[in-house]
Amino acid sequence: MSLLRSWIVGFGRFWYQYIFGDDWTLAAAVGIGLIVTAVLNTNHLAAWWVVPVVVVVMLGISLRRASRALR
Amino acid sequence: MTTTGPVTVLITTFLASAVEAIEMVIIVVGGGATRGWRSTLIGSASGFGVLAVVVAILGAALSAIPIGPLRIVVGALLLVFGLQWFRKGVMRVAARGFAGTNRVAQQEEAEAWTGPGIDWTAFALAFKGVTLEGLEIAFVVVAFGAGANQLSAAIIGGVGALVILVAAGLLLRRAVQRVPRSFLQLIVGILLTTFGTFWSLEGIGVDWPGSDASILGLLALYGATAAIYVTLERQRAFGLRPEV
Repeated sequence: MSLLRSWIVGFGRFWYQYIFGDDWTLAAAVGIGLIVTAVLNTNHLAAWWVVPVVVVVMLGISLRRASRALR
Repeated sequence: MTTTGPVTVLITTFLASAVEAIEMVIIVVGGGATRGWRSTLIGSASGFGVLAVVVAILGAALSAIPIGPLRIVVGALLLVFGLQWFRKGVMRVAARGFAGTNRVAQQEEAEAWTGPGIDWTAFALAFKGVTLEGLEIAFVVVAFGAGANQLSAAIIGGVGALVILVAAGLLLRRAVQRVPRSFLQLIVGILLTTFGTFWSLEGIGVDWPGSDASILGLLALYGATAAIYVTLERQRAFGLRPEV
């Protein structure tokens, strides 16, 4: 039973690392960006630019935060 | 709905697999050289067996899902995973340039096994190295192959990278350690982020301007972003510019 539990915990950790990694805000921002894209697209508005902008901006914020934390 | 060519899929999955395969090979070759090859190879083979089952199950499951919803899911997963590698790649290239990996010390310090039967330390080391390093890549290969509808090309790219790096690791251990893994990780991060962005939005139903050509636009945007952030990180790290 404990072996099964440790396997489930390990599997959960793997997926957390896979999706959220070192900075969960990146994954959260991508999720919000995809939702905004879907809403704009449903309303027939150009939405292809939202996620690339989210990626570029959030990556810069995340890198700045990481380099500040290292100092 | 557009499709990505098999050559693009093969090159991307080959590079993505190579990033993780380098560490896998260093762990396995390091373990084999210090603790002995028999148990190390049995552990590696067991790890590859587990990976093959994972790829087969995932591949079969993903093949049964229609391509539209599949692209939202695998595109989003590749996007968040690629973005992490993109971030790590920028930080590592800014800090270390094109230096290779340094993960040899822990294997050099291991004690040699001289007893009979299986050396469970060598077995566990090789098994964990293969499954842990390989599991991430198995998901990337399957997700990328399924998203592009080119699962065979993705598996050939992934297995090809493993075979070449394992052979190189056995023949030229020092050379494998000098492969610029950080730079490779940055390139693959950019590629996965590009295709993740393209597929997830296609899955939602967004019309990309220029259709497939927008992949090149995304690559150029993310490549330029990487170059700018590496420069900024180097300036921050080495104080080449006064803080504003």
